[in-house]
Amino acid sequence: MAKKKFVVGCFDEETVLFSAVKKIRTAGYKIKDVYTPFPVHGLDHALGMRETSIHTAGFIYGITGTTTALSGMSWILAKDWPLNIGGKPHFSLPAWIPITFELTVLFAAVGMVYTFCYLCQLAPFVKKHHFHPRATDDLFVMAIECTEKTNTEDLQAFVKNAGAVEVNVQVAEEGWWFGRYDKNEMPFESKTVAA
Amino acid sequence: MHLKYESQLREPLVNGRKTYHDVTEDIVRPIEAKPSKLWYIGFYIAVALLLFGVYSVYRDVTYGIGQWNLNKTVGWGWDITNFVWWVGIGHAGTLISAILLLFRQGWRTGVNRAAEAMTIFAVMCAGQFPIWHMGRVWMGFFVLPYPNTRGPLWVNFNSPLLWDVFAISTYFTVSLLFWYSGLLPDLATVRDRAKTKLRKYLYGVASFGWNGSTKHWQRHESLSLVLAGLSAPLVLSVHTIVSFDFATSVIPGWHTTIFPPYFVAGAIFSGFAMVQTLLVIVRKVFAMEDYITIGHIEAMNKVIVLTGSIVGCAYLTELFMAFYSQNKYEGYAFFYSRANFFSPYGWAYWGMMTCNVLSPQIFWFRKMRRNLFVTFFMSVIVNIGMWFERFVIIVTSIYRDYLPSSWTVYYSPSIWEIGFYLGTFGLFFTCFFLFAKYFPVIAIAEIKHVLKTSGESFKETVDNIEKQSAAEFAHEYAH
Repeated sequence: MAKKKFVVGCFDEETVLFSAVKKIRTAGYKIKDVYTPFPVHGLDHALGMRETSIHTAGFIYGITGTTTALSGMSWILAKDWPLNIGGKPHFSLPAWIPITFELTVLFAAVGMVYTFCYLCQLAPFVKKHHFHPRATDDLFVMAIECTEKTNTEDLQAFVKNAGAVEVNVQVAEEGWWFGRYDKNEMPFESKTVAA
Repeated sequence: MHLKYESQLREPLVNGRKTYHDVTEDIVRPIEAKPSKLWYIGFYIAVALLLFGVYSVYRDVTYGIGQWNLNKTVGWGWDITNFVWWVGIGHAGTLISAILLLFRQGWRTGVNRAAEAMTIFAVMCAGQFPIWHMGRVWMGFFVLPYPNTRGPLWVNFNSPLLWDVFAISTYFTVSLLFWYSGLLPDLATVRDRAKTKLRKYLYGVASFGWNGSTKHWQRHESLSLVLAGLSAPLVLSVHTIVSFDFATSVIPGWHTTIFPPYFVAGAIFSGFAMVQTLLVIVRKVFAMEDYITIGHIEAMNKVIVLTGSIVGCAYLTELFMAFYSQNKYEGYAFFYSRANFFSPYGWAYWGMMTCNVLSPQIFWFRKMRRNLFVTFFMSVIVNIGMWFERFVIIVTSIYRDYLPSSWTVYYSPSIWEIGFYLGTFGLFFTCFFLFAKYFPVIAIAEIKHVLKTSGESFKETVDNIEKQSAAEFAHEYAH
């Protein structure tokens, strides 16, 4: 866990935000993230993020469910304890299709949601630094990472010029910690990076 | 200038000239305000019903289900009727949020969150019936396939009743995950505006530390899309499997191949009706007419008239097949026990026909689709009709079986069967009242997402462009 220094610019228009992202990135600054109240399509590409592979994970969980269901049912009904049910074959695949389908969906959905929470570090009692409370309301909040060479004054002016309605400098913890939103203290001592 | 917007022919999805902040304010207001007197009255009635239900179920467990009026041939009565009825209602939410998402229906954003919540509560109610019908409910875990000391005696995977266990529990889990993952950003919105300590604490825990990062949104969108893709066949499979409970049996009036599509259409029909019942009230009580517009109500009424007609078509097909097959037992079930008005349960069949097939035809008229009073009245009628549909299917097929000597007296429920049913109403509305008070009833982030392309103010600004000739437009935007 480490603290870092950020220059934070808040925008209230998507169109302004997009051109600002482009300007700031071409100027060579590193945008940590942009926090938005709703999904802004194309912003991930503008920030140079790669596509998420969470759907691939979903597919893998899904086929795990299919395999679990089919192997489980065939072992139970055909091998472990074969029962004569109305004289039907022990290995009665057509009758297993509903449960196979249900388990495929169940595994895929549960697995994906857990993966999503793990990747985004979301869980009850998880707390993170929020650069602006209105980032979940009506502001698009951009956090730009500073190094020891960054001139924060210049950068602030640059961001303001790019169309930000509000600019400030914040020293913030990058990761998450266990905490409550009604209390401010952190449970551990965070090292400050000189900037 | 980007020209991606919806056709002028469509009404705006959000009325009034809203900014992003207005959207937040409007939707979060009921959460932050003290509940009205009406809320308290409704809530207490719901809790009273719930308590009566709890007492009825307590008696079921201690006295056994012999206190119900089930008899020699009617082994499935109100209990299973209510189960199928609630499961059917529980189909609308996922249909709206999954299938309409895949079909890119923008209007779903206004209604999906409340509909999904309703789905979850309806499935919770549905689940009560098979569970307490077990009688010795403490043996309930026997339905799970686990290695045990009784052989191991495994469950029968070839049985539709076991398919139901898997289908309903999967459906409940997936709907819950879909609903809650969609709620996270909106709960974070409530958290970041919270003034009191308790509110900050509770919404802080509930929102999982969501911060609106672009990367998180990207994953969130992908997750929603895949969950929608999974839920769409899931929602169809669940009621298909419920219909298999009947269709795979050899009871006249039950073993028909038409059951799966017929049940699914009926489920969507009754589910949408329940969504209408709730939303007509919610939009009024919480002053959300700008978000749940008459256009939304109309769109749902269109689905109701479509699915009602599919259901009607299925009823007629059943009658025709009973005649065409020349099977005596089928003929007896359909033409004596059901379609004959003067048979003991003939009134139930014709009640069902009136409520489900005839009366929804009123929605062919635009004026009626856009009339709130008619919508509310019809939504209740449809659900009464759909209850009768399940009752007709279940009871009229079994009250007179193959052997006249085992025919029994007229089946009517005992007070404890009715009490159990009323109790699920209590459970449903208690949950819904709490949801409406403590959660955003409209998906805030999704509304903001469509605001710029389908909001009223945006439609107005593009109006001028719309009126320009092609030459003028080309001239103006050429540079």
